[in-house]
Amino acid sequence: MGFSRLKALALASATSAAALLGSAANAVEIEYWQYFFDARVSAMEQLIENFEAANPDITVKMTHFPYADYRTKVAAAIPAGEGPDVVQLFYGWLNDYVAADLIQPLPEDVFPADKIDAEFFPMVQAMKEGDQYWALPTAVRSLALFYNERLMEEAGITEPPETLDELIAAAKAMTKVDAAGNVTQVGVTAGMTAQDHHWWREVLVRQFGGEPYLDDYKTVNYNTDAGVEALEFYVGMTEGDTPASAFGFMDEPQAAFKAGRAGMHIDGSFRIGSLADTRGLKWGVAELPANADGMRSNYSSYWVNAITTKAEGEKYDAAVKFMEYIVSDEAMQIWLDVVGELPAKPSVGLTDANANDPVFGPFIKGLAYANTTKFADESGQRQAMVEMVERMTLQGMSAAESLAIAAETEQKLLDDYYATN
Amino acid sequence: MRLYRDLTIRQKQIVWAWAFLAIPIVFYTVIRFYPTGNAILISFQDWNLLGARTWTGLDNYTTLVSDPVFWQVFRNTFVYLLLGTPVSLVISFVIAYHLDKTRFMHGFLRMLYFLPFMTSAVAMAWVWRWFYQPVPIGLFNNALASVGIPQISFLNSTTNALPAILAPAVWAGLGFQIIIFMAGLRAIPRSYYEAARIDGVSTWAVLWEITLPLLKPTIVFIVVFSSIGFLRIFDHVFNMTTNNPGGPLNSTKPLVLMIYQTAFSSFDMGYAAAQTVVLFLVLLAVSLLQLRILRDR
Repeated sequence: MGFSRLKALALASATSAAALLGSAANAVEIEYWQYFFDARVSAMEQLIENFEAANPDITVKMTHFPYADYRTKVAAAIPAGEGPDVVQLFYGWLNDYVAADLIQPLPEDVFPADKIDAEFFPMVQAMKEGDQYWALPTAVRSLALFYNERLMEEAGITEPPETLDELIAAAKAMTKVDAAGNVTQVGVTAGMTAQDHHWWREVLVRQFGGEPYLDDYKTVNYNTDAGVEALEFYVGMTEGDTPASAFGFMDEPQAAFKAGRAGMHIDGSFRIGSLADTRGLKWGVAELPANADGMRSNYSSYWVNAITTKAEGEKYDAAVKFMEYIVSDEAMQIWLDVVGELPAKPSVGLTDANANDPVFGPFIKGLAYANTTKFADESGQRQAMVEMVERMTLQGMSAAESLAIAAETEQKLLDDYYATN
Repeated sequence: MRLYRDLTIRQKQIVWAWAFLAIPIVFYTVIRFYPTGNAILISFQDWNLLGARTWTGLDNYTTLVSDPVFWQVFRNTFVYLLLGTPVSLVISFVIAYHLDKTRFMHGFLRMLYFLPFMTSAVAMAWVWRWFYQPVPIGLFNNALASVGIPQISFLNSTTNALPAILAPAVWAGLGFQIIIFMAGLRAIPRSYYEAARIDGVSTWAVLWEITLPLLKPTIVFIVVFSSIGFLRIFDHVFNMTTNNPGGPLNSTKPLVLMIYQTAFSSFDMGYAAAQTVVLFLVLLAVSLLQLRILRDR
């Protein structure tokens, strides 16, 4: 490198440093962290752009990580005074984050609890302690029944099922079994490893007259007659000469539905994006079926945003402004359009356009009667459900006996968790 | 600089020796010994990755002893070892023994056997996972169904799943073991075989009395190498059972997978560290035992 070029470079870096210092005097930079999911990142980029246009003195830097590293990185960065000022976390992690002093409560003057209680869907109240909210979601998720229009038509079914009995009847009509008795197409997918454990816990148990948990989700309560009936119904879907479903069919329920080998499939609103890109698949969405009395239930989960304990002074003020924007009506609509996740406020979600949308509509209607399980260890609690079904299908255990073991296993997980948290 | 110049040549040599040794020492201290010590420390604590660490004494170890899942996982780990090591040893020896005598397309055949060893375990596990699926997508079951034989539950069975997962793991390691065996076979002096032929000894006797005894160092190496591999099996199991890792009903779960789940999905670092310490002790015992056998030679 020649001397003149070196000098030019030195000059250039000096001026850019000066420019940086100059702008730093009247601009605050805050950091936002979330895990990597393509649509979420591009939605957030759009939100940041809008926010920066409205607040020229604040810049927001987004960092994202693979989901697997997310928790570790956040835990390591914040206590060291690094990392995000505003952070995204799963609703089930709130207790851990509060206990570890990673996040601070939202200021009451900007986020008054009574206003949020009134404006957001009721399940968001899990984020409240006393009169203060710790975190707020931009979007929420719920479950619905996806159906394959071509297979429905082939089986002569005109309307998606409204009740559980209709679900089974429709599914049996769509199941195909070859001469040797091998299932080659299922009416409805089944698998506790996917979303079915939510469907069983929060929907089926309630529809058979039970209450899955007591004591703010600290006590397991499904080991009852209602629980046994719900479990027998669920596993019963895969039994008989023409079953409604088959466990392990095509490896994963969503794969079977995507490949057009499953008539119906219960899944979350986050599946919309990947199904929309599937060529040759004509699908529709309906609300989860009601029981014989017309009672419906749903499961909802969400990711929330919170201000970390690292944010102080002018960064704190900027973080509050940013929080305010990303839980605004405008942000929620952008999130729905880009990610396909549902707005966290009825005022945005239940607009005529959204509620009557053929795809989003059933999910949004489900939010009105959804329940949110407070998990202590989601994968551990899911595992209890998975094994509950496996003991019946692989070892021939009775529903009552297997259910009792599952309840005991899950209760132990909850006890261990709440003993230390 | 003066200080260095005043040293004798011998002292300078020592300084340089330590300068070069310092790099691996620092590396081992920071990358190996410090985390190992830390893991042992955490095994006596309660920690969820986020909050403070609190001392719990031997709690994690008492939980471990009374946890039925841990004992099942412990047994699985040894099934992988006791099934995997002998099976892969015998198969690779038989192949190497015959390949050694084959001249026709020798290089090509050797390449075919070695290829799986170079393949990514993750990709291989997913392909085999697809092979094992039930009708209508599984390769094996479709073949069975097309000739009218009832389907076999490979992965969705508490008895078949472990061998089904072990098979590709054995296959993947075969190439390496064959190459080592062939090198061992080549190292045996031809003159022994010539002498045996002149004396009219049978082929079996040659195998038992000459080939196998002289291959002992090779066999010991392969046994040590593959036992450690099977004790640490993870990627094949995890990728073939991602929806229900180590399932069904924990029948395929090895110790490493249990550690991973305890640490990074239940966030119970103390308990995971206690399991790690147990794995460490097992690996230590197996290695010491095998080193002892090596020395007896």
